[in-house]
Amino acid sequence: MQKLIAWIDARIPLIEVWDEHLAKYYAPKNFNFWYYFGSLAILVLVIQILTGIFLTMHYKPDSKLAFASVEYIMRDVPWGWLIRYMHATGASLFFVVIYLHMFRALLYGSHRPPRELLWLIGMVIYVALMAEAFTGYLLPWGNMSFWGAQVIVSLFDAVPWVGPPVAEWIRGDFVISDATLNRFFSFHVIAVPLALVGLVYLHIVALHKVGSNNPDGIEIKRHKDKNGVPLDGIPFHPYYSVKDMVAVALFMMVFAAIMFFAPEMGGWFLEHDNFVPANPLQTPPEIKPLWYFTPYYSILRANTVNFFYIPAKLWGVFFMGLSLAMFFFLPWLDRSPVKSIRYRGWMYKTALTIFAISFVILGYLGTRPPAGIYKALAQICTILYFAFFFLMPWYTKYDKTKPEPDRVT
Amino acid sequence: MSDESTDQTRRQLLAITTGLGLAGTAVASIPFVLSMQPSARARALGAPVEVDISKLEAGQRLVFEWRGKPVWIVNRTKKMLDTLPGMAGKLVDPNSDASEQPSYAQNEWRSIKPDILVLVGICTHLGCSPLAKFVEGAASGLGRDWPGGFFCPCHGSFFDLAGRVYKDVPAPTNLVVPPHAYVSDTRIIVGLSPDEVEKNKNA
Amino acid sequence: MASAAALPPGVKPPPLEIDLGDQESLQRGARTFINYCLSCHSAAYMRYNRMGKDLGIDEELVKDNLLFAADKVGDLMKAVMPPEDAKVWFGTAPPDLTLVARFRGPEWLYLYMTGFHREGGRWDNIVFPDVAMPHVLYEWQGEQRAVFKTMEDGSKRFDRFELVRPGSMKKEEYDAAMRDLVNFFVYLGEPAKLVRYRIGVYVLIFLGVFLIFTYLLKREYWKQLH
Repeated sequence: MQKLIAWIDARIPLIEVWDEHLAKYYAPKNFNFWYYFGSLAILVLVIQILTGIFLTMHYKPDSKLAFASVEYIMRDVPWGWLIRYMHATGASLFFVVIYLHMFRALLYGSHRPPRELLWLIGMVIYVALMAEAFTGYLLPWGNMSFWGAQVIVSLFDAVPWVGPPVAEWIRGDFVISDATLNRFFSFHVIAVPLALVGLVYLHIVALHKVGSNNPDGIEIKRHKDKNGVPLDGIPFHPYYSVKDMVAVALFMMVFAAIMFFAPEMGGWFLEHDNFVPANPLQTPPEIKPLWYFTPYYSILRANTVNFFYIPAKLWGVFFMGLSLAMFFFLPWLDRSPVKSIRYRGWMYKTALTIFAISFVILGYLGTRPPAGIYKALAQICTILYFAFFFLMPWYTKYDKTKPEPDRVT
Repeated sequence: MSDESTDQTRRQLLAITTGLGLAGTAVASIPFVLSMQPSARARALGAPVEVDISKLEAGQRLVFEWRGKPVWIVNRTKKMLDTLPGMAGKLVDPNSDASEQPSYAQNEWRSIKPDILVLVGICTHLGCSPLAKFVEGAASGLGRDWPGGFFCPCHGSFFDLAGRVYKDVPAPTNLVVPPHAYVSDTRIIVGLSPDEVEKNKNA
Repeated sequence: MASAAALPPGVKPPPLEIDLGDQESLQRGARTFINYCLSCHSAAYMRYNRMGKDLGIDEELVKDNLLFAADKVGDLMKAVMPPEDAKVWFGTAPPDLTLVARFRGPEWLYLYMTGFHREGGRWDNIVFPDVAMPHVLYEWQGEQRAVFKTMEDGSKRFDRFELVRPGSMKKEEYDAAMRDLVNFFVYLGEPAKLVRYRIGVYVLIFLGVFLIFTYLLKREYWKQLH
């Protein structure tokens, strides 16, 4: 064994990589609950890729066969139902994990210098993941798949001049059709996953270059012993590898509980209207995307007024794009001298709380018909959502912060 | 850093956790492996096939599909059957000891009734479907002493009129006889043995 | 995201007990389905032999008693009537029913099956106004009439059904038969439901044990850090 490792190590830097990323990667010793979600996201990515490979063996990307092939997987393929539910549950839990992972950054300032690029790569991963989920959602070719894709692709129509031809180009047809299904399949099973894996690799490389942040938001690299090891750091392996295993076990229990006992999650993970084949002549009574897109969907339809000679529809698309784009500017909007919420003042704490609550409310409203009180509430929450970003340079600057400790607590 | 007893607990815990993790992963992979087996659809399409042979005249062959493979039923004439005993010297496995056929078809004709031969029409070499060359002699294009049989054009294997393979050709064993049974005098079911047909009748 | 279709005013969700463990109920439901529904509707994602195996019906019994519309037990459950003909007859092709319970929900289905009423010489349905389907089980249930209450604001609210002409079954018998049928539809929508709960319990038990040991291992390693 020793000899074999030596033989390999002489040819590829096995031990070097192991040390750099695991055995001698020093992570802060004070990680808390919020620091599990990075590892869990990798776990879900692996689950999605594995189950996806097996689903691809049986699925047919053809508008005449797609719906039936999913039922074929659910019934005729041995254990196909298990693999399909795993993939569907995994999709939703991927977003749960990613949203918590992102919220962690907002809590402890993980997007702040020197981790701006790490944050940007992460945001690109998030956008790629949305593309992955969106293309994947069309594949079962249920009625909700069809109309959901129809609505989202039609967003491009709002853009003057280039919009309509671009929308046609994306669909490869005048409506969502077989051509659309076929190309979405290609994106979903090869193009986007390939990009995702590459981006995740970059994300980890960037993380290990700058080092992990921690709940105190201070740099552990400032205090090193004579060997150059951070005093507050512990090797990722074995300490965090064993700790993350506990989280993996717990997470898998949640995962199994959902996929075996409530794979539809009452219509939140698998929608009732998607158990009817796509029907281009009949829209489901209530059109809504899956829960992880609903906050943006709410923002999309929040504005109903034409202003500056621009129609409301185009504003909606603009606001939705902007709501996503704002995340990319976060590292430069935040002017606080401290990173972690532990040492920030009441202003940031309030702003973050309001932001999180509006995000959740927007998410809920995206599943409801936009009328009456719901519509007004969505408009208020949209304003609060943007206020979090646009006012950030001021409230973070004037906020009264507490002094950061010298060493992690 | 640690005394011997904690070292031992740690090693034990590590072994148990690793063991459980590996066992869990192994069990979780079973559904994935099994999902690649023939599905219920494939099994339904692979169900036994019943054919009517009342119109199959002597010296003629019937071809149909069973489990996606060509199956032949040949109604051999007396003359064709007479060629069989003399072949032994030319064949690799004249008694079909190393070949695949149900026990009730392991006899000199390789069939239940001497004249009716049922074969899977797939060469045991690399899976081509051999051609029927029932015409004997030079007219067959296979030499003046060709007694009639089957010829695989892909790699040149010869089989006699019981599907037995010749010596010095690439195919290793005789053509496969599938499980089959007579439902009535003129109806053959391919995919079930006579015992199974009997059992189904009584059930 | 709640149930797929909202109920009309005055119609209450029924007390409905779905029990996939009740094999006899499923068998009765299957018989009703095959004898009455399958002539026009398909369950085109389901195979006869799978149903037989899951519901404990012997394959020969399936072959002899249930195969009206197919010749092999491995066949999919396609309707007797070709969809093109059905379209001519009813004006619309009867939908496939394999997944109807997952789309409509069992409560809705039960209300639909018990909610046919006759108004002015034609059949209507309390949860599916202007439905194209006639009341197929009319001889069982008999003919009923819907009674509406007029509310203060002038809107009409469903109150109750009144039996106009009795059928061959008593109300309780008919309701029980429809419960069996809906039970069968729930099974038909997702045959895996019969096994997934059981497997889920084993998986959770295993993961629970795994969780304990990963925790102990983590504690063991972290002991030496202060």
